[in-house]
Amino acid sequence: MNSSAGFGLPERLGVVVGGSLMRGLDVRLDDVRAVEEAKVGAFVTAHGVATRFFGIVTDLRLDSTDPRLASALAAGGPALAEALSGTTAYAAATVTPMLTTRPGDDAPQPARSLPPHFSGVYRATNEDVAAIFGSEEDARHVWVGSPLDMEDTRVCLNLERYVERSNGVFGKSGTGKSFLTRILLAGILQRGSAVNLVFDMHSEYGWQATSESGYQAKGLKQLFPGRVSVFTLDPDSSRQRGVTTDHEARIGFDEIEPEDVITLAPTLNITELGAQACYALHRHLGRNWMLRFLDLDEAEMDELVNTLRENRATLDALRRRLGVLRRLPFMSEQPVPGGGTVKQALDYLTAGRHVVLEFGRHGNDLTAYLLVANLITRRIHTEYRRRSEEAEARGERQPHPLVITIEEAHRFLNSGVAAQTIFGTIAREDRKYRVTLLVVDQRPSGIDAEVLSQIGTRISCQLDNDRDIDAVLTGAPGARELRAVLARLESQQQSLMFGHALPMPVVVRTRAYDASFYEEMSLPGSGASAAPRAGREDLFGC
Amino acid sequence: MGGVSAEGKGERFGEVVAATSARLTGQCHRLYDAPPLGALVRAGDSVFAVVDGVATAALDPGREVIARGAEAASEADVYAEHPQLERLLRTETTLTIVGYREGERVFRHLPPLPPRIHTFLYRCGEEETRLFMERADWVALLLEGGLPVADEVVAAALREAAGAFPRPRDFLVGAARAIATQLPADASRLAAIMRRLPLDAA
Repeated sequence: MNSSAGFGLPERLGVVVGGSLMRGLDVRLDDVRAVEEAKVGAFVTAHGVATRFFGIVTDLRLDSTDPRLASALAAGGPALAEALSGTTAYAAATVTPMLTTRPGDDAPQPARSLPPHFSGVYRATNEDVAAIFGSEEDARHVWVGSPLDMEDTRVCLNLERYVERSNGVFGKSGTGKSFLTRILLAGILQRGSAVNLVFDMHSEYGWQATSESGYQAKGLKQLFPGRVSVFTLDPDSSRQRGVTTDHEARIGFDEIEPEDVITLAPTLNITELGAQACYALHRHLGRNWMLRFLDLDEAEMDELVNTLRENRATLDALRRRLGVLRRLPFMSEQPVPGGGTVKQALDYLTAGRHVVLEFGRHGNDLTAYLLVANLITRRIHTEYRRRSEEAEARGERQPHPLVITIEEAHRFLNSGVAAQTIFGTIAREDRKYRVTLLVVDQRPSGIDAEVLSQIGTRISCQLDNDRDIDAVLTGAPGARELRAVLARLESQQQSLMFGHALPMPVVVRTRAYDASFYEEMSLPGSGASAAPRAGREDLFGC
Repeated sequence: MGGVSAEGKGERFGEVVAATSARLTGQCHRLYDAPPLGALVRAGDSVFAVVDGVATAALDPGREVIARGAEAASEADVYAEHPQLERLLRTETTLTIVGYREGERVFRHLPPLPPRIHTFLYRCGEEETRLFMERADWVALLLEGGLPVADEVVAAALREAAGAFPRPRDFLVGAARAIATQLPADASRLAAIMRRLPLDAA
């Protein structure tokens, strides 16, 4: 079936026999056996008279011209089946047209028309894919994988467009989210499209990580030693794993602000009243409010209750729950000299260095993760916002785009907290300040719908929960058709990509994250090495 | 059959006695010397037709045939004792026109004009059968010809033709596919036709 795909000769699949723009084209397959080979998600072209249509197969079905086919078959033998197959009984595909090109068009346009009846439908060729997704020769593009059944063809992502909006990588665990994210981060880094700040919850992006199958995947610091700084919250763990870290991250209690507590509230079981009391405490106790609050003796507490007119039980509960933070070894009761980790990270980012913050064993402690990610992001966001506004006022160049990668994103962006946390703000509006998120999550249904609808480019690996599938497709054009595609992804190394940075949705077999990828990334600013690609065994050990 | 064999033309068995654009009646030169139901025949040099019926009756419609075998020991004795029977009875075939040829080109639709009366009828040989039958578009003329036994005739024609092909089963299945495209909403009719074909034996 795919023998010709690599050589530019289109392989005909069938003809258009009906359809509509809303529900897609009905394509009768030439060979009834093709229904076994044609896959949902495959990239195809329909050749109209003057226009070429690009679309994806969104459904396959077995049809018949005789509604009583089944009863006729009961009376016949194998020869009858042979006679009916491909005549009365035939295979059909629904192709959703996405884009069109006409002679003279500079770029593909969204499909607003249809090819006429009996237009030939062909498997897309390398040239088709390059015409739609661009090629690696363009420095803005990075090769992310191959379309279904087109192993030799490269689908590229326009990184310049990619970093314009917040983005998401979704998929249940073990589907290859981390590999995909590494490829994206490395691409952004190599092509210089933006500067990365990665909250590396499971310590897998900065330095070498061992995948579930035992494959050692290099981290960003190894690929780009001179351009990446690794901060660690857990120096012991980093040392044990032999990671070269640049800094040990320390956060002063004086740096915590009431907004940080709001993100933590669900995790620490802090009530709404408790969270609101933090603002009063902050006003009353000043900059180092938390530590002072935690250190109050009974008499001082009584006095505080009277002054603030807060409920004593609320404040007691809040104190108990905030006390947990004292057990985090990276929290410093003394102000951290030199502005601390936040300032260091910001200085690096300003200088164009990429920052990976490793959590080590604290990655398993949600409180630590939420606190640190929220606190750092909030500061950096404030700073970016200030600079962006200044640059605008003076008519200067805007700061270099910043991409903040967070895992377990639904913890920051669920509908309970999304409206109040910095991540919700960034997702909703901050592309104007050049700060965007790369959210990595296995439970997209946990993310606030308004935030999800702002996610520009979505890349989804397999999801098996219907609510997650619906969530990923929130607000996407053609969601109903894409649902069928998304629900049938393979469990590894396959993803559906769609949204802002892609002209049309495409199912991609993720490229291998292997020696040839490392080699390509070692070239400055461009891709396309001809090194042989390793098979999926190398990647997934299966 | 014992018909007159004209070189390269197949076996001659009779001549056209009535003709319309779609149907012919042929009278056999000899009593009972008709090709079988479904046989492919050619009228003259060009028109192809399929035998859709064979009938034997008195030549003179006014003279009814009467039973003559009461005293005879066998059926052959009846004819031996009454040699005039050969003259008083005649065998006729009815034919559905299915195509024509112009030189080497074969058309599987109706000819512009039917053959003239007295055009000789030939039963097609294997080579000509293969030439005409290799595509089965002609079945449309039979299926839509309004014959009450059209399906029987189609099945008979395919059975007759199958022997001319090196791989009879492939021929039959191929023809069945052509029938399927003619009967898109009637798979049971196709199944009924196919039950009349020697598909398992072939």
